Amino acid sequence: MKKFINKVDNILVESLSGFAKAHDDLVELHLETNFLTRANKAQNKVAIISGGGSGHEPLHAGYIGYGMLDAACPGHVFTSPTPDQMLMAAEAVHADKGILFIVKNYAGDVMNFEMAAEMLPFEHATVLTSDDCAVVNSTYTTGRRGVAGTVIVEKCVGSLAETGADLQACKALGDKVNKRTASIGVALTSCTVPAAGRPTFDINESEIEMGVGIHGEPGRRREAMRPADEIIGDCVEAILMDFKTRQLQPTKKHEALLLINGFGATPLMELYLIYNTAARLFNLHNLEISRSLVGNYTTALDMAGASITLCLLDDEIKQHWDSPVHTAALRWGK
Amino acid sequence: MKTEFIIEAALAIQQTILANESTLESLDREIGDGDHYINMKRGATTVAEMQADLAPLKPDEALNKIGMKLLSTIGGASGPLLASFFMSMAKVLKENGDESNLKIAAAFAGGVQAIIQRGKAGIGEKTMLDVLIPVSNEFVLLATQNCDVKLICATLIHTAGQGMLSTKDLIATKGRAAGLGERAIGHIDPGAKSCQLMIETVCKLALAK
Repeated sequence: MKKFINKVDNILVESLSGFAKAHDDLVELHLETNFLTRANKAQNKVAIISGGGSGHEPLHAGYIGYGMLDAACPGHVFTSPTPDQMLMAAEAVHADKGILFIVKNYAGDVMNFEMAAEMLPFEHATVLTSDDCAVVNSTYTTGRRGVAGTVIVEKCVGSLAETGADLQACKALGDKVNKRTASIGVALTSCTVPAAGRPTFDINESEIEMGVGIHGEPGRRREAMRPADEIIGDCVEAILMDFKTRQLQPTKKHEALLLINGFGATPLMELYLIYNTAARLFNLHNLEISRSLVGNYTTALDMAGASITLCLLDDEIKQHWDSPVHTAALRWGK
Repeated sequence: MKTEFIIEAALAIQQTILANESTLESLDREIGDGDHYINMKRGATTVAEMQADLAPLKPDEALNKIGMKLLSTIGGASGPLLASFFMSMAKVLKENGDESNLKIAAAFAGGVQAIIQRGKAGIGEKTMLDVLIPVSNEFVLLATQNCDVKLICATLIHTAGQGMLSTKDLIATKGRAAGLGERAIGHIDPGAKSCQLMIETVCKLALAK
């Protein structure tokens, strides 16, 4: 393992401290219970709080700020945060219109946020994100995982909350965006959890892991490495199949948002190559890509690989995607 | 049950977890995301360090304090599950008392029930419950039959081992391995393994008394 580390146990604190220092106009770090809030507390709006294991940066702290989150609770690397973090964060940011948790559908995250919600003295609701269509047989499992599509949910719900919309409206939009979003990821290498000190899984030069999760947990299957267009083609097909299974596939021309997300160690040059092919392939299926996002938005430490996320737009989602946002990792229109 | 025993068990569990680093890490690397050992170690170490705080407490108070501490220390899925176990076990002990094996068994069963509810899982889903449910059932049964501590502990060590091994051939439907489908077959669930190790440790400690 070759990483920038002083002491393994201090990585998170040092990294969060650096983040807070670099963006002190946007965020404030509360180290005692480990959560971050906006530097300037927002008033008279639903407070949006997300959180999850660390190692997915800029998710979630990078999305704190106008138009997105009010607070984020980072856990240890790939480990969900604990209920006391969510309770303290809620205490700090609630502004009399309730608390909305945005939670990626992983057992640990769900349970910790659930316990926090049970103890919360404020009106609250939760949006569970579950955009990962790699998990098949979802009827028999915990269900689909929440991955990069979470960024789109956080952006749209955050935008709506700024208008003063109530808690139920914010939850409804979050659920809608989640439902209209599907993602699938491919890993070219493993990631290395610093405290473990070695790669999470073994994968050789000629293999890829199709359907990988954002913690390097195995996906659908191990496959042979192939030219990019073949891999991207399979991903696009998986997403189209998912929309079809859920009876959401467009029958006529439909606008969509395409997010190509890097897992941490794949250069932008390759991410744009993926975008080029994916956009062309979706176009062949009535999907007109009218909004795009390409970059490292939901990472898996130092894993090489990428995920493809497609969100079926409608006027409401488009409006809230386009609206101004000012966070460390997403900023436009303001 | 005495608080002294709870503290001894906590220290013994910490030693067991530390001694099984490579086993737990490799199991979690195979079908999980590689953080199980780190989280268990953090939890076990935190509880071991609570010795002085726990000593003056009654057993139910000590278990509740352990649960609360784990809730804010471990994170992940193990955190709320193990915390729910200890907090619910404490609650049953507080209500029913702890002066017989049957009452302790009932409290243990109450803790396992809390895990079932929090995790919305049952037996056969390739999780810690494949160890805990059979152990809980066996514990209550043997205690109802007035078996002595030695027989109870020896049987539970065996039951826990069987439960742990049973996860090897299961498809995971709950937990981080749930995305794997048939690929999870052939691998023991790391959460089931750590539970089996903890039960074995506590039972061996009781046998040595």
